[in-house]
Amino acid sequence: MLQVWKSFYARSDPAKAYSLLSPALILVTLAMLIPLGLMLSFSFFTQTSFTEIDYSFTITRYIDFFQSNLLVSLLIKSVKISFIVTFVTLLTAYPVCYYIAFYVKKNKMLWLVLLTLPFWTSYLLRVFSWKIILGTKGVINSSLINAGLLSEPLTFLMYSETAVIITLTHAWAAFALLPLYVSLDKIDFSLIEAARDLGLSRLETFWKITLPLSLPGIIGAILIIFIPTVGDYVTPALLGGTDGRMLSNMIQAYFGKVNNLPLGAASATIMLITVAIVTMIVSYTTKKLTQRIS
Amino acid sequence: MNDSFIQINEISKHFGQVKAVDNVSFEIKEGEFFSLLGPSGCGKTTLLRLLAGFEYPTSGNLLLDGSDITALPPDKRPTNMVFQNYAIFPHINVEKNVQFGLRKLGLTNDEIIKRVKDVLSLVKLEGYEERYSSQLSGGQRQRVALARALVRQPKVLLLDEPLGALDKKLRDEMQLELRTLQKEIGITFVFVTHDQQEAISMSDRVAVMSEGKIQQMSSPNELYKNPQNIFVSDFIGETNFLKAKTDSKDGEYIIVNIEDLGSFKIKNNLNISENASDVICSVRPETMMIDKEKSDWDICLEGKIKQTSYLGEMTKFYVETKEIEKIITVSSQYFDNQSFQDGKCFISINLNDISLLNKK
Repeated sequence: MLQVWKSFYARSDPAKAYSLLSPALILVTLAMLIPLGLMLSFSFFTQTSFTEIDYSFTITRYIDFFQSNLLVSLLIKSVKISFIVTFVTLLTAYPVCYYIAFYVKKNKMLWLVLLTLPFWTSYLLRVFSWKIILGTKGVINSSLINAGLLSEPLTFLMYSETAVIITLTHAWAAFALLPLYVSLDKIDFSLIEAARDLGLSRLETFWKITLPLSLPGIIGAILIIFIPTVGDYVTPALLGGTDGRMLSNMIQAYFGKVNNLPLGAASATIMLITVAIVTMIVSYTTKKLTQRIS
Repeated sequence: MNDSFIQINEISKHFGQVKAVDNVSFEIKEGEFFSLLGPSGCGKTTLLRLLAGFEYPTSGNLLLDGSDITALPPDKRPTNMVFQNYAIFPHINVEKNVQFGLRKLGLTNDEIIKRVKDVLSLVKLEGYEERYSSQLSGGQRQRVALARALVRQPKVLLLDEPLGALDKKLRDEMQLELRTLQKEIGITFVFVTHDQQEAISMSDRVAVMSEGKIQQMSSPNELYKNPQNIFVSDFIGETNFLKAKTDSKDGEYIIVNIEDLGSFKIKNNLNISENASDVICSVRPETMMIDKEKSDWDICLEGKIKQTSYLGEMTKFYVETKEIEKIITVSSQYFDNQSFQDGKCFISINLNDISLLNKK
C-alpha cells in the first residue's frame, strides 16, 4: 500500500503541489475563507436590538447602504484618497527605482535596503511621527512661524484628507519600490540604447520603451498600494479628523460602538467588490493604454 | 569614394583610472568593411560605442563625412548599430521593430511600408512580420537587428560582435551573407569582433587592438603574412616564436642569431638596422614540414612527437627537439600520421618563412 502511494506521489505533480501548498491552504481557509464567508452571511441578516440579530435572509442592508449619503460618500472618498495615494507614490517611487536600476552600478541592494530603512519601525509609530511633523505645533508649522513666514499655523495639514494622503503615501512607498525596481532592473539597457540609436529622444525612448516594459511593475505597485489603502483605518482614525474619515472607520464603528454587525458586514462586502472592480479596470486600462503607446 | 569618411582623431576614453581607448587615430574609407579585432577588454567595443554616441570621448574628436559628430547624441548621428544581444524590442513585433527607426525620418506611410518590405526581403525575413522576438531563433533575431538598422539607410553600420551568439555553422553562413550584403548596399561597416577568423574572412581592413591601442591596421592578408609585433602574430592564427639577436644587415636581408639554432640570413621585413638587438622570429606551423626522413630544406631538426591532435582537415603536432622545447606544426590530410616510429620525426623549415617581429 505504502509502495503504491509512493509511486503515485512520485509521478503526480498535482499531489506534490498540494502537499507543498497545504500549510498555506489550511491557513487561508481558517483565517480568510471562513471569516469572509461569515462576513458575507452576516450582511444578509438584521440587527433587531442591541444584542439580538434576526437571522432571516434579506438584502435590506445593501439597500440601506446605498440610501445613506454618508456611506456612499465615504466609499467614494476612500477610493479617491487611495487613487491619489497610489498616483503620488508611483510618481515619487518611479524615478528613484529608475535611478537605482540604470545608474547605480555597485551595491544596488544596499540602496534598496537604505530606502526601506524607515519601514523597519512599526506602522503605528510612523503614523504618530507624522502627527509630530504635521501638527498645529508640529515641525512644519512651528518652523514656518518661527521663520516669520506664517502668523497662523496651517490647519489643513493636520486632521484632514491631506494628512491622510501624505501619511499613507509615505507608509506604502516601500511596497511600490520593490515591484517597480524589479521590473525596471529587468530591462536590458541595450534596448534603451537601441531606441536612442534609432533616432528617438530620451523622452520618446521613455514613453515607447521603458514605460511599456516596466508595466508589470507599475500594475503590481498599483495593486499593492491601492488595495490596502482603501481599507486603511489607522491613519484616517489618527490623522484624518472628520474631513479625512474613510469608509473603513465607519465599518469599524458598526462592528464596535454602533453595534450594527449586518450593516458593517454589508459595507465591508461592498467595499471588497468595489476594490475588485477598480483593480480590474485599472490593470486593464493600464495595459491597453501602454499597448497604444508602443 | 572618400578615403577619410570616418576620421578618428586622437580619441581617448578613460573610465576612472582605466584607459579603455588610449589616444587612437585612424581613418575609415567610405564603403569599407572595417573590423576592430582584439581580446575582451582591449577597447574595441568602447571605440564602437564612441562612434555610436553611447559614450563621449575624454579627449579627441570624431568626424563623419567631413562633419564633427563628437558631441552629437546617438539619435542625431547618421550611424546605426547592431547590438551584441540584438536588442529586439520584446513588446512589439518584427514589423514594428523594423519600422521603429523610420517614424522620425519624415517619410510618408507608403515609403515606410515599402522600405520595411524591401529590407525584410534583403535579410530574407518575409513572412515574419507578425512574430515577436521570443518566437524567433538566434539567427532570425540577428536578421531583425540588421534590418532594423539598415532600414534607416545609415551612412555607417556599426556591428558589435553580432555573430557571437550563433552556433558555428550559422556563423559561417552569416559571415558570407554579411559580406555579400555589404558589397551589395555599399554602406560602410564597422565590425567589432574577438574572433580573428571572422575578422580576416570578412574585412577589407582590420585594426588589431590591445590595451586601448591599435597594434596594427592592415588588410587581412598583410596581417597574417606580415604581423608587426608579437601580439598581432600570436593573436592572428597560431605561430612558433624563436628568440634571436640581430647581426649585420645585408641589403634586404639581415643575419640573425637564433637561440640554440645558429645564424641565418633572413628577410629584414622590419628594416632593422642596429646590431645586436633582441628580436623574435616567427614561423607559422603550416609553413613547416614534418616527415620521418631528413630533408634538404634550410633547417632540418630531429625531434620527438609529444602530442597530436586530429582536426579532420589536418593534424596538429606538438614536437620537442633538442634545440627547441616545443614546436607546433601541422600536416595535411594526405599525410600518413601513423608512419612515425616512437614519435621520431624531422621538422624542416625554409628561411623564407621566418619573419621578424618587434618585441613590443
